[in-house]
Amino acid sequence: MKRSLRFLLPLAVFLLLVGFLAKGLKLDPRQVPSPLIDKPAPAFSLPLLSAPDRVLSDQDLRGQVWLLNVWASWCVACRQEHPLLVDLARSGTVPIYGLNYKDKRDDALAWLKQHGDPYKLSLADTAGLVGIDYGVYGVPETFVIDQAGVIRLKHIGPVTPAALTGTILPLVDKLRKSGG
Amino acid sequence: MADRLLSTVLLALALALAGNTLAKDAAPLADDPVLQARVIRIAEELRCLVCQNETIAASNADLAVDLRNQIRVQIGQGRSDAEIRDFMVQRYGDFVLYRPPLKSSTLALWLGPFVLLLVAGAVLLRQIRRRRAQIAARELTPAEAERARRLLGEENSPAS
Repeated sequence: MKRSLRFLLPLAVFLLLVGFLAKGLKLDPRQVPSPLIDKPAPAFSLPLLSAPDRVLSDQDLRGQVWLLNVWASWCVACRQEHPLLVDLARSGTVPIYGLNYKDKRDDALAWLKQHGDPYKLSLADTAGLVGIDYGVYGVPETFVIDQAGVIRLKHIGPVTPAALTGTILPLVDKLRKSGG
Repeated sequence: MADRLLSTVLLALALALAGNTLAKDAAPLADDPVLQARVIRIAEELRCLVCQNETIAASNADLAVDLRNQIRVQIGQGRSDAEIRDFMVQRYGDFVLYRPPLKSSTLALWLGPFVLLLVAGAVLLRQIRRRRAQIAARELTPAEAERARRLLGEENSPAS
């Protein structure tokens, strides 16, 4: 009994270590959990990309579940998710608002013309200050914000079909049902 | 030989120029050296989320530049170092801190090494005690005692 323990114990420790390392391999160090989940979305008041003389604030978007998609014309990964967003906008499932992050207005408008514009409206965050408030560190990022203006989900990196149908849309449904 | 000298000189020149560009990048941070030192001191404790193994002070990522500016602006607004750190943590989480705070979710991180050390120490102590007990408990048989005496005696005798 004691003898067998002498061999089994190191084996158990080794297997535990392997388990941790295997888990570690699957974790993506770039996916840093946001402390903003389940907290009120930071306030903003930004000019529209399409009409810089008009301003939109977070208060204007209360009462609906909406997606905030952080994008930029210089962002390569944004192109990857873009067709998916265009499709989603066409289906009319959930309104998408864009946060045009640290971009030049002309570049951004040309980009939307070229790739399609899935956004109800895009906000121009030229200085990236609203981006800092939302803890943006890698464009693209997508937030799900509920009727009360609370952030419910942050998706880091390009939205994939799996993330959309597996996580984002079910959450939107759930929020709509519970929030009324 | 001359080639070697030339390449050395070129390398030194390139390095000197590189150092110069870095210094130029950092310059707009603050003209006031005291302010700049404080910006750097705060930024050195913060992780850049774009290039995760660099501090905000060391990184040249766009976000790091923006955040250094943000630190400077907030110092200008009279905020304390702790308030500026809280500002970053509220947005990016504890992960931005190179020194994570002690709380329930970081308990294993802070105490884990000491627990392991204690366990290792306890195991070592037990081994030493057990071995010592084994040595003390073992007495010589009369034959062994005789042989030991002979060996010691031989060593003392000049004849061998």
